[in-house]
Amino acid sequence: MKAPTPEGGIMEEMKERIIEYKISPFRGWRNWDMFSLKGITNWIQGWLSANFSSAWVLFFESVIVILLATTLFALLGLVLVWMERKVAAHMQIRLGPNRVGPMGIFQTSADTLKLILKEGLTPDGADKFLFNLAPFVVMIVAMLLLAPIAFAKGFQVWDLNIGVLYVSAVSSLSVIGILMAGWASNNKYSLLGAMRSGAQIVSYELSAGLSILTIVVLTGSLQIGDIISSQQNGWWLFKGHIPVIIAFVIFIIAATAETNRAPFDLAEAESELTAGFHTEYSGMKFALFFLAEYINIFIVCAIGATLFLGGWMPLHIGNWEGFNHIMDYIPSSIWFFAKTFFMIFLIMWFRWTFPRLRVDQLLNLEWKYLLPISLFNLLLVTVIAILGWHF
Amino acid sequence: MFIKEYLSDIYKATKSLLTGMKRTGYYFVHPKEIITEQYPDNRDTLKMADRFRGEVIMPHDENNEHACTGCTACELACPNATIKIITKFDVTPEGKKKKALDTFVYHLELCTMCNLCVQACPTDAIKMGQNFEHSVYDRSMLLKKLNRPGSKIREGVE
Amino acid sequence: MYTETQIVERPAVIDPFEGDGENLVINIGPQHPATHGVLHLVVTLNGETIKKVEPHLGYIHRSIEKMCESLSYRQFIYVTSRMDYLSAHINNHACAMTVEKGMQIEVPARAQYIRVIMDELTRIASHELWWGAMAMDLGAFTPFFYAFRERETINDIMEQTCGARLTMNYMVPGGVMADLHPTFQQKVKDFITLFKSNIDEYDELVTGNIIFQSRTKGVGYLSKEDAISYGCTGPVGRGSGVSCDIRKIYPYEVYNQVQFDEMLETGGDSFSRYQVRVKELRESIKIIEQLIDNVPAGDYLAKTKAVLKLPKGEFYTRVETARGELGVYIVSEGGTTPYRIKFRSPGFSNLSALDHMVRGSKIGDLMATMGTLDLVIPDIDR
Repeated sequence: MKAPTPEGGIMEEMKERIIEYKISPFRGWRNWDMFSLKGITNWIQGWLSANFSSAWVLFFESVIVILLATTLFALLGLVLVWMERKVAAHMQIRLGPNRVGPMGIFQTSADTLKLILKEGLTPDGADKFLFNLAPFVVMIVAMLLLAPIAFAKGFQVWDLNIGVLYVSAVSSLSVIGILMAGWASNNKYSLLGAMRSGAQIVSYELSAGLSILTIVVLTGSLQIGDIISSQQNGWWLFKGHIPVIIAFVIFIIAATAETNRAPFDLAEAESELTAGFHTEYSGMKFALFFLAEYINIFIVCAIGATLFLGGWMPLHIGNWEGFNHIMDYIPSSIWFFAKTFFMIFLIMWFRWTFPRLRVDQLLNLEWKYLLPISLFNLLLVTVIAILGWHF
Repeated sequence: MFIKEYLSDIYKATKSLLTGMKRTGYYFVHPKEIITEQYPDNRDTLKMADRFRGEVIMPHDENNEHACTGCTACELACPNATIKIITKFDVTPEGKKKKALDTFVYHLELCTMCNLCVQACPTDAIKMGQNFEHSVYDRSMLLKKLNRPGSKIREGVE
Repeated sequence: MYTETQIVERPAVIDPFEGDGENLVINIGPQHPATHGVLHLVVTLNGETIKKVEPHLGYIHRSIEKMCESLSYRQFIYVTSRMDYLSAHINNHACAMTVEKGMQIEVPARAQYIRVIMDELTRIASHELWWGAMAMDLGAFTPFFYAFRERETINDIMEQTCGARLTMNYMVPGGVMADLHPTFQQKVKDFITLFKSNIDEYDELVTGNIIFQSRTKGVGYLSKEDAISYGCTGPVGRGSGVSCDIRKIYPYEVYNQVQFDEMLETGGDSFSRYQVRVKELRESIKIIEQLIDNVPAGDYLAKTKAVLKLPKGEFYTRVETARGELGVYIVSEGGTTPYRIKFRSPGFSNLSALDHMVRGSKIGDLMATMGTLDLVIPDIDR
């Protein structure tokens, strides 16, 4: 059985690796942190603590994080919407956006501009406070989820020791925003959409949580940093035999359901409920919901990539030293984003292939198929972890 | 037995879903299959079918002559009152009065391109044109006079 | 019934939670993505479960029947393209046939062949659109574009020969308006090749899909007896096992000379109706293949008088459109315009069964059922 790696263990391992590099054919390759952003973050931290008191340091660091997160949100929103439209178009033998800018890359910026200029209407019979609050709740939940995600080696807002638990706890808060929007709109379509969404997210939380647990069982830690470094000699998807692959599939299905994406987009099923919970929203308030949807996709895919595909960890195969070293040349952030976007592509692929489920079938799928399978799977993984059968 | 059924259900379901994904995935990686026509850009190569009915036109020859006798057969054949023919009386060299076309009024905004007027015309004076870009900023611009100014009937057409 | 004071005291805005506080009344339409037009369904719900569906019509009523009464027998045909615009050819065909019946005009053999080929092409185009729209009702967008790829080829063929893509006005009393385009036969053969290579994709993408099957199997059940009593025809009736194909029962034009099967499914649910239509696609191809090489030479239009006058009397013709049985009923007083025209449209009867079919099922089932009814709203309302 693999013991949970204590804090010192990783450092020892790293030192060992550095020594290995000295005797390896790649002799010049010493600073394997070359592409890490840790240097920059450490430098900022050092400079701030040298000049300000610790409270101010925290304040300035928060401001920097907020700025970075907002920028990332805006960029991700633009990129993901464009990507979705292009993927959809190519699967539907169309060209997709191609007028604004080369390949239509500025199409989404133009759309955003339009949405900003439009009137943010509040319906007459709506509960005005909740109606206007709801998009922000959804956005804030999405923002909170950014905290434990490691975007690159040493580039993480907060590597808290219950990272995975935090993610699954906070992500279920977004249902409150959706329910709030649906209820406050004073629209029957919105109400139905919100209720569907509630039933859906609450039930799919379970199988998502259980499939996350398989990795926690294998790693023995809830901390994102630990989970990533435990995949140094191979990603869990490859190391953990079939049970982890099953868990991965269940995780993707549950993630699709949790982000209200087709084939589970019952909350906004446009052929049934016109637009579901955001029927009454317009302008920038609608755009916030739209953005939050894409940010949520990014985040669940990032979590999936971190847990199953090693996050920023390059592709390492056991003890193939040469191969592993070549892989280390690729910057860690590229690894992270490539894996995340691969999963996002999978989810988009689902959306543009499958019809939508009905609400009772949705719950059937969860309670009759996904939940029993993932419970059984968890048991299997536990046995594997205890007997140390994984690689 | 129950477990076997349960597992075969899952297997069949997954297989059917993957079949669909294979199809969409195939088109995703084969951009050659794309059928989009980039309309305003391909105007030069865009060829409408020769029978395409876009609007009623009255062909004039090089002498600015048409074949319309002003018989109002098309006006009668039109189900929507699209065509209004105003006639005048020309004086022939022999001093006889002869009915002739003054103005061929064509309401494009009322026209349904049913081809009945062309069918009704005894002298083939009008036919359907292939132009389909009719959008204008004002409805009054859709009211057209089909005979050109100063045109007259071709010799020999009765 | 309400007493007078109750009517006065009734609130101007009707409480959505009227009655026992369990019912939720929502209006699906007249502007709604799933109704494909301006159909208005007043749906009474209990949670997600449908208690009652009440279709409200009249949003696209253009009084086509009344308009036809003021148009001559040549002119009124073009208006009928605007009823069931997806089977415009077949509507025109029915009207032309009624006039021919009244005038006792003999249609040349070539025109008959052309008419049947065009009818079947229209049927394919209509079913293609239905297939895409049906999948879209169930939440899958991609099939719509695949269906339109094939449909576009048919539209091109139509444009080349008839001069228009949707409202062709190609059938005239006595035959067809123009002869076939010289490349028509080759283009149709190319289309058949393309279609045969692509139709398996439909099964891969939709028919075999487990989500699609579970959304449609056992949904919107209509028994054979109910189908008959509601007057359901076309694929809706045949999906319930009612043999109602006019092309088989009362063959017109050259339908009695071609080999084809009437598609019957006994399931009565949405999936059966789906299968009937998908099989009809293949069957229509079979009919076209038999006719396309054998179009006889000769006139395409019989010689008729300049002004058509139907003798005094009543005339009725029925044809099989893509949606079911279309009846054209003309009462003539012997003049140049019909005294009265009545269209028996398939969509109206099929829609009337909707309430019966979806009671007790979920909102999603309503969309699946409406999708397989293949409603074209101008056909219902005229």
